[in-house]
Amino acid sequence: MKIHGSISKTASFRTTNAVFIGRSIRLSLRNAEALIMAIMLPVMLMLLFTYVFGGSIDPSGNYVNYVVPGIILLCAGFGSSSTGVDVAHDMTNGIIDRFRTMPIQSLSVVTGHVVASLARNLLATAVVIGVALLVGFRPSANALEWLAAIGVISLFILTITWLFAAIGLVAGSPSAASGYGFILLFLPYLSSAFVPTSSMPSWLQGVAEHQPITPVIETIRGLLTGTPIHDSAWWAVGWCALILLLAILWSIVSFNRKAGRR
Amino acid sequence: MRGNVIEVKGLRKKFGHQIVLDGIDLAVPTGTVYALLGPNGAGKTTLINIMSTLVAPDEGSVKIAGYDIVTDKNMVKRSISLTGQFAAVDEMLTGEENLRMICRLSGLTVAESNVRTVELLQHFDLTAAARKSVKTYSGGMRRRLDIAISLVISRPVLFLDEPTTGLDTISRRALWKIIDQLKERGITVFLTTQYLEEADQLADIITVIDEGRVVATGTAKELKSRVGGEVIELFNDKDDLIRTVSTTGSIHDIRQKLNELASIVSPELRVNIRKPSMDDVFLALTAKEMERSLS
Ligand SMILES: Nc1ncnc2c1ncn2[C@@H]1O[C@H](COP(=O)(O)OP(=O)(O)O)[C@@H](O)[C@H]1O
Ligand SMILES: [Mg+2]
Repeated sequence: MKIHGSISKTASFRTTNAVFIGRSIRLSLRNAEALIMAIMLPVMLMLLFTYVFGGSIDPSGNYVNYVVPGIILLCAGFGSSSTGVDVAHDMTNGIIDRFRTMPIQSLSVVTGHVVASLARNLLATAVVIGVALLVGFRPSANALEWLAAIGVISLFILTITWLFAAIGLVAGSPSAASGYGFILLFLPYLSSAFVPTSSMPSWLQGVAEHQPITPVIETIRGLLTGTPIHDSAWWAVGWCALILLLAILWSIVSFNRKAGRR
Repeated sequence: MRGNVIEVKGLRKKFGHQIVLDGIDLAVPTGTVYALLGPNGAGKTTLINIMSTLVAPDEGSVKIAGYDIVTDKNMVKRSISLTGQFAAVDEMLTGEENLRMICRLSGLTVAESNVRTVELLQHFDLTAAARKSVKTYSGGMRRRLDIAISLVISRPVLFLDEPTTGLDTISRRALWKIIDQLKERGITVFLTTQYLEEADQLADIITVIDEGRVVATGTAKELKSRVGGEVIELFNDKDDLIRTVSTTGSIHDIRQKLNELASIVSPELRVNIRKPSMDDVFLALTAKEMERSLS
């Protein structure tokens, strides 16, 4: 057996990130069932809302235009939630100790999962929009609006993924991570995703109008179908940036605190 | 090749109220195989975890290759390689992918990584299983992969926490051979074990710890000489070992010890006189420790 290397040898920051992103994408592809579920579930929900509930919510048949932005966010929520499980799995497995004792930026193992989640969810979003177009979604967006919408969707995916990553870091086990994460998945239902907030009882209206998902949905809806956006865009970006920052900080702190505790 | 590559001074660690390391001092000369011997719960893994920067110490200092494990973490990480008590392998990947990933993370180029991966798979007899998911590996295969990963590039110090626990005899012998090879190449191997035979076979220096304290340090020979010259074993009529008595080995002392035995058991029973084993050392040392903590 040959002897290799020396004390000075170590991977660059770029290589480290590339390796971890590659690893997470490989894991995503290998876990085909989860990937298919993450895409199929929102598609089925969209068909359900369009054909089953849609008629009674909006008899004009225009409901699909209303519901697509909500479905996209729901899809992002489902798709990102597995990040929490993946991160918790890594943190409760021996492999994390290996990464930690190597002279590399070991937090990149989490970043890898986040980037893979972004890629997975953008793919799922594309499928959802594709199916939506088939069932009558008629967006009015021009190229610039599409770009802006994709930007907002990406920011939202990134935010919720980091939030799930932080949950995965503090959860004691993958199943605990999945349990905590479930709560987040309810938020889209308590927003303007499926019905206008004005149709809700007044106490719920207060919640729905002031939670972060509503401005995100209003912004995407406005960009894609031309409904008024008002100041939603600012709220959407502001909320996402704030939560993203907090989630990243929370992740860094919990990652460092978990040193050697399994 | 001079000096100590590891220096531990006054190391203490508590988990909650439980004192796990109670003032450990040790020095590991460069290029030796050093065994930390102790029963389950003695604090071996905690010590290894502290030395490899995974756990922060409460008190005391540890220097690896001259670098402090608290203030100079990054240089310490460049000086060590760890095979922990539980296999640190990526379950979701194949053996080959595991190796290639660690090669890349260790700073090898893609081409170097491929060469090194093939080399290590061959050396650790994992070529046939290279493309199988690690999930399907047996305990022994996992351990071999784990050690192969630790050897992707050679850092000056290799920590092995109970490397042979759960291995079959063949794999164990193979690992012993690898440890010898590493030593020949000037790598310092710090290993923990519960097996006295293993420490005896492999190590240049053995430190026995119990309940977070160093009980004894020395070569296997030095430790054995502490127990005295010889051991008298007493067997019952079914040939089961029922008692061991240590003796200096002189005619006078052996006669006296045999007389004492003859007065409490039937003189018809068989005895055997032999050199002390590491087991005797271990039992003698930890029993002394118990007396000390009682007084
Ligand atoms: N992270 C931890 N939290 C609390 N107690 C721990 C932790 N790690 C180890 N211990 C305790 O410390 C003692 C020593 O453990 P360990 O270092 O694993 O011993 P060994 O490796 O010699 O068997 C044990 O009693 C164990 O329960
Ligand atoms: Mg242990």
